[in-house]
Amino acid sequence: MRAFNVYMAGVGGQGIGLLSEVLLRAADHAGQSVKSVDTHGLAQRGGIVVSQLRIGQPAYSPLIGAHDADLVIALERHEAMRAAETALKESGTLIYYDTVWQPLPVRLGEAEEIGVQSIEKRCKALQARLFRIFRPDLKDPRMQNMVVLANLQKHRLIRGLDVAHYHQAMGDLMAGTVLEKNLALFDEEQLSV
Amino acid sequence: MHRRVMKNDHASWTGGAGMKLMGEMLLRGEPFDEIVMGNTALVRAMVEAGTQVVTSYPGSPTPEIAAAIQTIAAERRPFYFEFSTNEKVATEVAYGASVNGHLATVFFKSVGLNVAADTFVQLSLMELVGGMVVVLGDDPGANSSQNEQDNRHYAHLAYTPLFEPSSPVEVYHFYKEAAQLSRQERMPVILRLTTHVCHAKESVHFEARPLVEAKRDPLFSTDHGPYIPLPASVAELKERALDKLEKVRSFAASSELNRLFDHQNETLGIIAWGLPYLSLMDTLAHVPSKPDILKLGIVHPLENRRIVDFLKSHKEVLVLEELDDLVEKEIKAKAYDLGLNTKIIGKVDRHDWLGEYTPDKVKTILHKIWPDMIPDLQPILAPSEVPERPPQMCPGCGHRSAFHAIKQALADTDITVADIGCHTLGYLPPYEVGELLMCMGASTGIGSGLSLFNQTRSVLVFMGDSTFFHAGLPGVVNALHNRHNITMIVMENGTTAMTGHQDHAGTGRNFNRATEKIPIRKVLEGLGVEAIFEVDTYQQKRLTELVKAAMEVKGFSVVIARHPCMLKFTREQRRKPGFEPHQVHIDQAVCNQVHTCVAQFGCPTFTRCGDGRVEINPDLCIGDGSCVQTCPTSAIGMPIKK
Repeated sequence: MRAFNVYMAGVGGQGIGLLSEVLLRAADHAGQSVKSVDTHGLAQRGGIVVSQLRIGQPAYSPLIGAHDADLVIALERHEAMRAAETALKESGTLIYYDTVWQPLPVRLGEAEEIGVQSIEKRCKALQARLFRIFRPDLKDPRMQNMVVLANLQKHRLIRGLDVAHYHQAMGDLMAGTVLEKNLALFDEEQLSV
Repeated sequence: MHRRVMKNDHASWTGGAGMKLMGEMLLRGEPFDEIVMGNTALVRAMVEAGTQVVTSYPGSPTPEIAAAIQTIAAERRPFYFEFSTNEKVATEVAYGASVNGHLATVFFKSVGLNVAADTFVQLSLMELVGGMVVVLGDDPGANSSQNEQDNRHYAHLAYTPLFEPSSPVEVYHFYKEAAQLSRQERMPVILRLTTHVCHAKESVHFEARPLVEAKRDPLFSTDHGPYIPLPASVAELKERALDKLEKVRSFAASSELNRLFDHQNETLGIIAWGLPYLSLMDTLAHVPSKPDILKLGIVHPLENRRIVDFLKSHKEVLVLEELDDLVEKEIKAKAYDLGLNTKIIGKVDRHDWLGEYTPDKVKTILHKIWPDMIPDLQPILAPSEVPERPPQMCPGCGHRSAFHAIKQALADTDITVADIGCHTLGYLPPYEVGELLMCMGASTGIGSGLSLFNQTRSVLVFMGDSTFFHAGLPGVVNALHNRHNITMIVMENGTTAMTGHQDHAGTGRNFNRATEKIPIRKVLEGLGVEAIFEVDTYQQKRLTELVKAAMEVKGFSVVIARHPCMLKFTREQRRKPGFEPHQVHIDQAVCNQVHTCVAQFGCPTFTRCGDGRVEINPDLCIGDGSCVQTCPTSAIGMPIKK
């Protein structure tokens, strides 16, 4: 037996924290043992935010080793590539929301923006499954994390988790109109063909 | 048992519903299970232990402790809490409460103990009638600190016991044990947490909340003293501290905080604790013949009984010790005194002194020592070629306008000194303002030194508003008193931004209620500063002129460069009914691609396209408009509705 390791990455402000907390609680509601950890501190200020989640046993530390993530979830293209290079294991799965928040060297003209092809190539080399998510009609960029969350359910990327577990976890963390809006988006996306 | 609580960070998104849930959980009477982070588990432990006074100064990895406290409505909070002006004052407030009979706790980040040290080192000499737990948030790997100092040294320096939990479950239990021991022995006890223990989340089983009426009588009496550490009393006080420490050594020998995991291995043993213990367990998960493990919870003083037995019953013992080699040295000395010939392995090379002992790091260490046990390591791959993403000032940040404007006032040879806070990020390109950094409040003193024997290069020092009150004032007084020739820029954003927007003496609120503001300008005037200039940083041209004028002043001059923290401001605006997002736009017909916006002003909103065009990132722009004035061809249009 081994734990199922989930590595989540994005940029400060994208909502990795909420995404991670929903998954943590959804897995708990599904009766699995869970451990997780977020990186805080300077990451909030436009830096990289990483959250790690370990589902099942044995899992002692909340930290995942290099190239030991069964599932990588990224909310930005550069961070998807970075995580694919440092965290994703062979035959794992990468799902990412394809928005671009250019890192400083790209904005200064000192480095090239990462293209979608680089990620495809990397995943092919790792024999990893790849899901690129993008919704051009999404008005509020702060709900990109919900679109990704819905696709985890839609493609059954975390074993043992069902719609009810996601719903229950979202209900733990949100209330009122915020919950309603997020649930509506989640359901629309996960039921879409 | 039913769970329904949320992580506090998300409370604001739910209009406070979640805050109430967490606050209710922290006070619940009956036992329950909940998934919490280490910092939250600590607060429940404080409630159960009957802690009466808690103090702090914000610093990663500990601010979520205060965030959890804040979820309990002030009138229902079973203890008093304050953010004090700095860690030293916080320690003194907790000490005062403790000698009055109240169980007290102070918490802060690793380097906060340097600030608190003058008071902290005296605590063990005193009879702390109510007990006092010092919670440290150490940061191996320097995730968000200016060093990775190992604060266990202070435990030795100050004859103070130190407990070190591995996980949220242990944070909860260890705090309660520490509080009990502290109260019983009337001595300080350190609870040393590290970053990923503070922030780890797991399910914790919480016990029922004891129904004990808190005693609120002020019990201070010199009969418990002496409380005057002077040459005549120091020997007596120190003897008492040493005696107490030996009592704790005996206590540790029968405590369940130290545990033996017997795998029937007569050859190999490992002594471990804290987060590295969890890394070790992950590393050994699939090793068929596991070494025996002695897991420590009380890391200072070290118990004799189980450690000596462990040494005697194994041929080789590894001390798996993150950061410095304190336990290794002590155990080697113990073995030498007893004439034991067990092979004791500690640090092998300098890599072992560096960084956090993550599962990967521990695997590498074990492989180095016992290659038969851990034969294969993950091949080290080339580092990622994805462009680095250093932290940035947020879109609309007033500091960005300030750096952009101040740079226009500086000669290449001028020297700029940064201080701690969001404005530290000015050292990065494209600004590269703030060429030296040390610790809280240090910029003014360092700048004063740089101004000596220096007639040619102006010295500009930076200071955040919370830092000004924390440790900035003595440097200002010194610059005035000794007539140093420097200019101080107060980067006033009206909050303690970097650590999560805590109030400070200049904001008009403390943790619990509205209070009188202490305006920085008035403080400076009261100290006798004559040259004080003041401007909102969005007025970039004016700021450039004022900085030039201030640098012309002989002696100590100040520019208060003010703009509210836009992250905080924007969050507050979004919550208001009828809020409509605005964004700037670029007129591509007017833009001649000189790239001042993207390469010099450097707001993350500006995106550089492959063909040289610049676009606005709709995910990021907050429509503050501070960039409009920076475009030499006026191609950036004022913010309009998104």
